[in-house]
Amino acid sequence: MTDLTHMTLAEARDALVAKKISARELTSAHIGAVEAARALNAFIVETPEQALAMADAADQRLGNGTHGPLEGIPLGIKDLYCTKDVQTTAGSHILEGFVPTYESTVTSQLWRDGAVMLGKLNLDEFAMGSSNETSHFGAVKSPWRRAGSNAALVPGGSSGGSAAAVAAHLCLGATATDTGGSIRQPAAFTGTVGIKPTYGRCSRWGIVAFASSLDQAGPIARNVRDSAILMRSMAGFDPKDSTSVDRPVPNYEEAIGQSIKGKTIGIPKEYRVDGMSPEIEALWQQGIAWLRDAGAKIVDISLPNTRHALPAYYIVAPAEASSNLARYDGVRYGLREQGRDIVEMYEKTRAAGFGKEVRRRIMIGTYVLSAGYYDAYYLRAQKIRTLIKRDFENAYAAGVDAILTPATPSAAFGIGEKVSADPIEMYLNDVFTVTVNMAGLPGIAVPAGLSSEGLPLGLQLIGRPFDEEGLFSMASVIEQSAPKTSLPQNWWA
Amino acid sequence: MTLHDTSLDIRAMDPKKLIAGATGNWEIICGLEVHAQVTSKSKLFSGASTAFGAEPNSHVSLVDAAMPGMLPVINGECVAQAVRTGLGLNAQINHRSTFDRKNYFYPDLPQGYQISQFKSPIVGEGEVIVDVTAAEQIIVRIERLHLEQDAGKSLHDQSPNLSFVDLNRSGVALMEIVSKPDIRSAEEARAYVTKLRTIMRYLGTCDGNMEEGSLRADVNVSVRRPGEPLGTRCEIKNVNSIRFIGQAIEVEARRQIEILEDGGKIDQETRLFDPGRGETRAMRSKEEAHDYRYFPDPDLLPLEFDDAFVEGLRAGLPELPDMKKARFMRDYGLASYDAGVLVAERESADYFEAVADGHDAKTAANWVINELFGRLNKEGKTIATSPVKAEQLGAIVEMISSSEISGKIAKDLFEIVWTEGGDPRQIVADRGMTQVTDSGAIEAAVNAIIEANPDKVAQAIAKPTMLGWFVGQVMKQTGGKANPQAVNDLLKAKLGI
Repeated sequence: MTDLTHMTLAEARDALVAKKISARELTSAHIGAVEAARALNAFIVETPEQALAMADAADQRLGNGTHGPLEGIPLGIKDLYCTKDVQTTAGSHILEGFVPTYESTVTSQLWRDGAVMLGKLNLDEFAMGSSNETSHFGAVKSPWRRAGSNAALVPGGSSGGSAAAVAAHLCLGATATDTGGSIRQPAAFTGTVGIKPTYGRCSRWGIVAFASSLDQAGPIARNVRDSAILMRSMAGFDPKDSTSVDRPVPNYEEAIGQSIKGKTIGIPKEYRVDGMSPEIEALWQQGIAWLRDAGAKIVDISLPNTRHALPAYYIVAPAEASSNLARYDGVRYGLREQGRDIVEMYEKTRAAGFGKEVRRRIMIGTYVLSAGYYDAYYLRAQKIRTLIKRDFENAYAAGVDAILTPATPSAAFGIGEKVSADPIEMYLNDVFTVTVNMAGLPGIAVPAGLSSEGLPLGLQLIGRPFDEEGLFSMASVIEQSAPKTSLPQNWWA
Repeated sequence: MTLHDTSLDIRAMDPKKLIAGATGNWEIICGLEVHAQVTSKSKLFSGASTAFGAEPNSHVSLVDAAMPGMLPVINGECVAQAVRTGLGLNAQINHRSTFDRKNYFYPDLPQGYQISQFKSPIVGEGEVIVDVTAAEQIIVRIERLHLEQDAGKSLHDQSPNLSFVDLNRSGVALMEIVSKPDIRSAEEARAYVTKLRTIMRYLGTCDGNMEEGSLRADVNVSVRRPGEPLGTRCEIKNVNSIRFIGQAIEVEARRQIEILEDGGKIDQETRLFDPGRGETRAMRSKEEAHDYRYFPDPDLLPLEFDDAFVEGLRAGLPELPDMKKARFMRDYGLASYDAGVLVAERESADYFEAVADGHDAKTAANWVINELFGRLNKEGKTIATSPVKAEQLGAIVEMISSSEISGKIAKDLFEIVWTEGGDPRQIVADRGMTQVTDSGAIEAAVNAIIEANPDKVAQAIAKPTMLGWFVGQVMKQTGGKANPQAVNDLLKAKLGI
């Protein structure tokens, strides 16, 4: 690993503008890191030639002063974002070899601002998973290991490739997506910062859909400032996405270091779940203390419908997914397995193209939308969703500015540890994060310390709608207060 | 859509509508779901063109092909067209409506679902006044109108062992107009669809072109003994002409009556009409019916607009056929039937008004309906391609009214204008076609005929109906230019009858 990969995004940006380094040097260093880290399986496709061409163009713009806010910054792109002329798979066999003729809105904005693409990052198939083990292209290994152990750990999911690549210094930041925790949980598992912005803040156009009413794009970065810088380029109204919201994008970086004095932080008692490890409880208490020390007012709040969130989420998300994934039928693009007739072609293609977890969720989603079950499942889940949203609205109406919770119920677990188990156990990873998607709110996961085994643990801040700035300033307080964790030992290069 | 499911049965039984079976009379109950293609430049949720007749797959956007990550964005013009149509159907306009996904697999349905409006349609209940015959008017109530996407087209005739898909139609906006089961005969159904088409053509919201598939209908038919509860219905899918709609209803009613009279029962099912064989046959039964798993489309926000939007569209509406017909009857003194014929197409009504402008309206109506329409039909032309323009026919009508030319001459003149064109007044002047009203000239001819035919004079005095022969002779001698009334009067005076 070279020094250049040890810069933060903000440092690299400033060094580029000051012409202390070139985009080509910076990109080359990261290409080297990517190539050396294939053991992590973080990338599905590496695009070094494209990266160098983009870096050279960035150097030109840096030279003539026409550079954008991310000029020359090498990034990894979650393989759920469609990238023009670069294979986009969503981690699925059914899209293997699919090369879009179009670029997602969010990545277009990153390239508009000068960023450089290193390649496409591994993920759980169609973003369905919490460990990155459902990818057709194999599990991603976390760069972190338990102290004194060589056992491979999961980086979390579904944005496991993004989190692992950022944590291992393979890129300065990465795009990710979050439907039930897929940015925040892997960020927490890898000691990185991940923010899921308010629903509608980023365009979904060109991002392979999982559950349309829950999906949101967001960045994973190594610190709060870097994530704020990325957020500014990723956010914005898009007339091509009817659910995107037309409001100005603030300069989020300015929120870093803003005082949180007088802010009211709610602590929801319902997030103290059964079986939560004392470590997590202690971490939470520590976070409360840091925010209080910074001048915030801490109040106990109640979000009474929290316990219904996970079951309701696992109805709504699969329902939408079952419909969103109907287009992968072998007719127009992607995998096609021949059959005697059209029905057999559908069956063979989808049986071969989708992995087990995706098939499971399509089955659940189809079931809950079926005649006779719709009211009992889908409709009730939607009502619960309304109630969850109201819980948050009530808290905010009572003066709460943000809510502090643990990001995950535990630290990262081992690859294969939960694969054979009841899928519910895997789903429980999202217990603290799904409520935020159900309510469409912004949420940020920020590293707060290490477990007794030396693994990263994160806290989550949940904000008011479109108050990403508030989250950045509060997360930055936690970041400043938390002990500096050492990088994982480089065992992969 | 489900018809016949509430107490919808409001029409009194009309014995004239009953059809006879082997064991007694039966009543047909019918409701229609008309699929009308919205007139718009681009599709319901994408910017691709809707133009008909292009090379296969040349009007397909990424959204229409359901590429990964693509999202629908509503086309505001299609919304306006649906609202205009709703206003034309005197229907309730819903200021908030929602889009739902109707899920099923088919190769010409790229998304794997059709975006439609299931729970909350953009237009609610309305009604259409339908002239079934010159003497009978009925009201067909509208249940709802909703917006939805059309599917693409599967092509099975391009290769012996492959099917092809053309997505040009995929995503084109359709309005599904659902009637209540207020229709009692094939004739009523034809008249209803014709009227719907007239209204939409006036509004410019659907061109009603059946050859291009712009108007299709799903026909729900059941039969019952007069006075009994509604029977089990069958739905005949995708009937694509007004004539076939009528045939399908008749054939299906007959089929159901035969089954019921044989002691059988009707299975609720979806059927297809085969015009070649004149029969309907089952497509799929209830057991294999799709479960469409409707749910709100999370990619689209509820469709909301305010009163000002609706009122703006209302202010821009043209005069609709019912209003126009009433005005024609009131202002021009036309009979209901004639007025109805003239307003059936906006172009005809406009043409008539141009012909009648400043001239005798009844003569104008008579000439437009009988001479012009007759000739256009015969030659397969339309008002737009008519060789005789409104101002030309107006001039002819004026010369008839002022007795400058006789009716017979007028027909000759119409023929000349049709084939050669030209200013009718100039033609009459140049060719000496002016009606002879000069009593001296007529008298000379009358005298000549009387003198030459003393025997006929005697007969005519005995039998005054012989007068017609004398009139004919005088007209012949004057080359048809004599004013028939003047000839009549003069002959009567001379013959003393």
